[in-house]
Amino acid sequence: MSNQHIASAFDRDLETIQARIMKMGGLVERAISDAARSLETRDEELAEEVRGRDKAIDILEEEINEEAARVIALRAPTAGDLRLVLSVIKISANLERIGDYAKNMAKRTSILAQMSPVSGSPAALRRMAREVEAMLKDVLDAYIQRDVNLAYEVIQRDQDVDQMYNAIFREFLTFMMEDPRKITACMHLHFIAKNTERMGDHVTSIAEQVIYLVSGEMPEEPRPKGDETSTDSSIAPTS
Amino acid sequence: MYDLPTLENNVTTETLKFTARDVHVYYGESEAIKGVDVDILDNTVTAFIGPSGCGKSTFLRCLNRMNDTIPICRVTGDIRLDGQDIYDRSIDPVQLRAKVGMVFQKPNPFPKSIYDNVAYGPRIHGLANTRADLDVIVEKSLRRAALWNEVKDRLDTPGTGLSGGQQQRLCIARAVATQPEVLLMDEPCSALDPIATAQVEELIDELRQDYSVVIVTHSMQQAARVSQKTAFFHLGHLVEFGETSHIFTNPSDERTESYITGRIG
Repeated sequence: MSNQHIASAFDRDLETIQARIMKMGGLVERAISDAARSLETRDEELAEEVRGRDKAIDILEEEINEEAARVIALRAPTAGDLRLVLSVIKISANLERIGDYAKNMAKRTSILAQMSPVSGSPAALRRMAREVEAMLKDVLDAYIQRDVNLAYEVIQRDQDVDQMYNAIFREFLTFMMEDPRKITACMHLHFIAKNTERMGDHVTSIAEQVIYLVSGEMPEEPRPKGDETSTDSSIAPTS
Repeated sequence: MYDLPTLENNVTTETLKFTARDVHVYYGESEAIKGVDVDILDNTVTAFIGPSGCGKSTFLRCLNRMNDTIPICRVTGDIRLDGQDIYDRSIDPVQLRAKVGMVFQKPNPFPKSIYDNVAYGPRIHGLANTRADLDVIVEKSLRRAALWNEVKDRLDTPGTGLSGGQQQRLCIARAVATQPEVLLMDEPCSALDPIATAQVEELIDELRQDYSVVIVTHSMQQAARVSQKTAFFHLGHLVEFGETSHIFTNPSDERTESYITGRIG
């Protein structure tokens, strides 16, 4: 099958939208990375920068939605083209939300920088963020290369992020029980961990869109669930 | 949540109207249809799509033996209407065409009054004994074609004096007047403006309640809008045949995808 439309402007429209998605993906990757680094190094300036850059991500999402609406109205896309347009709308929403979480991480970093550090935890959070960032990079590669196998692999890796979150959750509980003066900091750190875990879910959602885009079907297996903190009461304090 | 309404445009029946098996059509030496198998359901709109010269009109014309009128045309294979071989010697093509009506690309009303255009078929097929019977058939057919309100006060004026969209609906009224079971439409909207097209499409959807409709169209969007089943023809082959919603979101064959997404196939 030739990949060129007879109407070449249609090709240009679709390329423009996809270029926006990649641009957005790049900005979001950088936001995660910088937010996690600013948390670990207590770099308020960098945290402030991450917060400021989120606007650009929001604007890209709006542009993608407008362009997708325009393509639907003017070109009436079908089959693979239709799935492409539907997927960019959803993927841009996922990216925007991941960007929001990164921004929130940066916001809490600014508050945490005023408090005494909780030893070890920012490094664990940064490892988690790094894994999510790597998953995001891979899912964007899977998207651009239409690689279903890589997308499935990313979905599997979300379990690792969930495991990291479970471990951090337990750790913070222990810290808070040991020293109530750490509760405020630990609560902020916990929200960061939870938000990072949610980023992983959004990356999984993007991977599902890649699978839908390529195959026309949503993935048959349900996504693996590794977050036990909402179902397992034994990890909550009992006394 | 199961009592929520579902999207329309689903196939609602499993009753077969036409079954075609291994149909080949030759114009002299050249083979226009190269072995087509297809099942056409009752109370369903089936769209034939494909690039020019792919054989979709030729195949449509096999279904009421319109190809008999072309001397060099030869049809082989098995085409059955309600289980009966329509190419059997015992079948009278004129009777067959009363059962399998046809609407063409350009509106072609007879140079007669609106009334006589519709009354012509029932008269020659002896469907009405009295003038009053005929009046009933004419009114019913014009109502069926959503034209009655526009022409009821001028039934004795020439059919050729109507607008293009009205003329096409008059041709549809003429086709339904003989109480056919199947309606074949060969690009019925290609000469109409968007409003008239929308009216004819609305009409096709209503006709589906009583007839099996087969429509050949060059407009992919029209096929997507009006049909429940879509058949994609390419170079004399039936490449893909399935539910319209499936063909337009996730076609199985690359050639179908190339064609419907507007890529060079």
